[in-house]
Amino acid sequence: MQQKSWQQRLLTLPPMGYLLIFFAIPTLIMLFASFRYTGEYGGLAPWYSIENGTLAFDLTLENWQRLFETDIYLRLFFKSIGYALVTTLLCILLGYPLALMIARSQKKHRDLLLLLVILPFWSNFLVRIYAWMIIFSPNGALTQMINSLRDLLGLAPISIMYSATAVITCLVYVHLPFMVLPLYANLEKHNPALLDAAQDLGANRWRRFWRITWPLSLSGVYAGSILVFIPVLGMFAIPDLLGGTDGIMIANVIKQQFVESRDWPFGSVLSMVLTATAVLVVLLGAKIGQQGAR
Amino acid sequence: MTRKNRLLKLVALGAYLFLYLPLFIVIVYSFNDSKLNAEWVGFTFKWYDKLFQNREMLSAAANSLIIATVSAAVATVLGTLAGMAMHQYRLKLLPGLVLAPIAMPDILMGVSLLLFFIMLNMSLGLISITLAHITFCIGFVALSVQARMTAIDRSLTEAARDLGATPWQCFRKITLPLLAPGIIAGALMAFTLSIDDFVITFFVAGVGSSTLPLQIYSMVKIAVTPEVNAISTLLMVLTLILITLTARLYPGALRS
Repeated sequence: MQQKSWQQRLLTLPPMGYLLIFFAIPTLIMLFASFRYTGEYGGLAPWYSIENGTLAFDLTLENWQRLFETDIYLRLFFKSIGYALVTTLLCILLGYPLALMIARSQKKHRDLLLLLVILPFWSNFLVRIYAWMIIFSPNGALTQMINSLRDLLGLAPISIMYSATAVITCLVYVHLPFMVLPLYANLEKHNPALLDAAQDLGANRWRRFWRITWPLSLSGVYAGSILVFIPVLGMFAIPDLLGGTDGIMIANVIKQQFVESRDWPFGSVLSMVLTATAVLVVLLGAKIGQQGAR
Repeated sequence: MTRKNRLLKLVALGAYLFLYLPLFIVIVYSFNDSKLNAEWVGFTFKWYDKLFQNREMLSAAANSLIIATVSAAVATVLGTLAGMAMHQYRLKLLPGLVLAPIAMPDILMGVSLLLFFIMLNMSLGLISITLAHITFCIGFVALSVQARMTAIDRSLTEAARDLGATPWQCFRKITLPLLAPGIIAGALMAFTLSIDDFVITFFVAGVGSSTLPLQIYSMVKIAVTPEVNAISTLLMVLTLILITLTARLYPGALRS
């Protein structure tokens, strides 16, 4: 027994120690920073001072109050949640047929088809955004084609670059594999005999899908949705490069607070709200997933 | 028993096109003899030439390779320990600590580590980037190793112990070889994630040191030039070679 706990410590302590120091503590520091004052040159002011031999704490709720002073930040939060919802939905619409097709193709082809979904995910994240910058650029083929079509119909030319459309298209592009993988893992396990039985009993293709395949796949849909929703909610690179001023999301403001304005306490407030939202979504997803499993 | 469903195949084909067409465009334009990524003018290697004369880009690439190698190595050790621990014992804190960094949006880890390093008066640079990369890589290695652990037959290690092997011998001769595909897959993933990371690096890099993604970002921010296409194409080729090598050396590693 003694030896067992010695082994357990050897395995557990190094990774746990590392993650406590470099993940848990920084998160707590961020929470603490949200109650501090901004320093003279940005960053953080000291959180305590000693005057005439007495210790005083310089902490404040101002940063949190600022969140509610205007509706700018809350609206931006809801807008980001909206973007994340639309992206998740589009990923389901595009990813579900793809996962279903792979799950129902011949066994020897499945690995290759799945690998083809993952492969773009292994290419650099910025490269994948950059690809869409080329596609959406005003002199790019896509914009030119759309505008010559609009010209024929007598409509004014449009620009897709720096718009919500550009941002959401790229968000879907980057996160599609996160939807397909858990969906495929689920769909692959379905027993084909269920569909045969339904067919023998006279159910048509639609009915078979909605009464059998879809309900059985719901846990995969939830898992994929969480994997897409959360990173999209905290995304700043895609709106930064493709969104212009209209397409920004909450993470762009967080980046701005930390890098340009150097208002770290308020940046920490926004980060904590994002953390809380992400945790809530994960817990909610886990709860729904449990109910679905019952 | 094939269910022919044309609509399904059509949407799936569309999805594959959606996934590959943008990357294909990037590759094609990297050989285009024009500053604009618009019309095809003629074939050229000049963007690659320009790239290899770009000192900043080369030093950023060297930084990226150093950071990725060190952080993948450390994260593989720590992640393997975590993965084995999570499989063998009923733990509460460790799985949470392993999963949370994966589940949270990247930007949160970036800004909180920035605050942390500044609080410690650490100068930002290669070391802070490497420490940050290890943090987000551990979880991916741990999950890969844990998945592999469940596939190992427990009776093998029990037999070894019954025959008098010490815990270390048992680990060295039985567990480790069987675990190798999981560890290799995790290490490969850590290496790629580190080379690929932009968001977290962006916050903890400081002014002096740059990595490939940071370099690409600053180039793209200013203007879209075919030099970016060239570096992108090279990165894709590098990743493809890495994946193929792993698949050759350890068939099955990619599946986990």
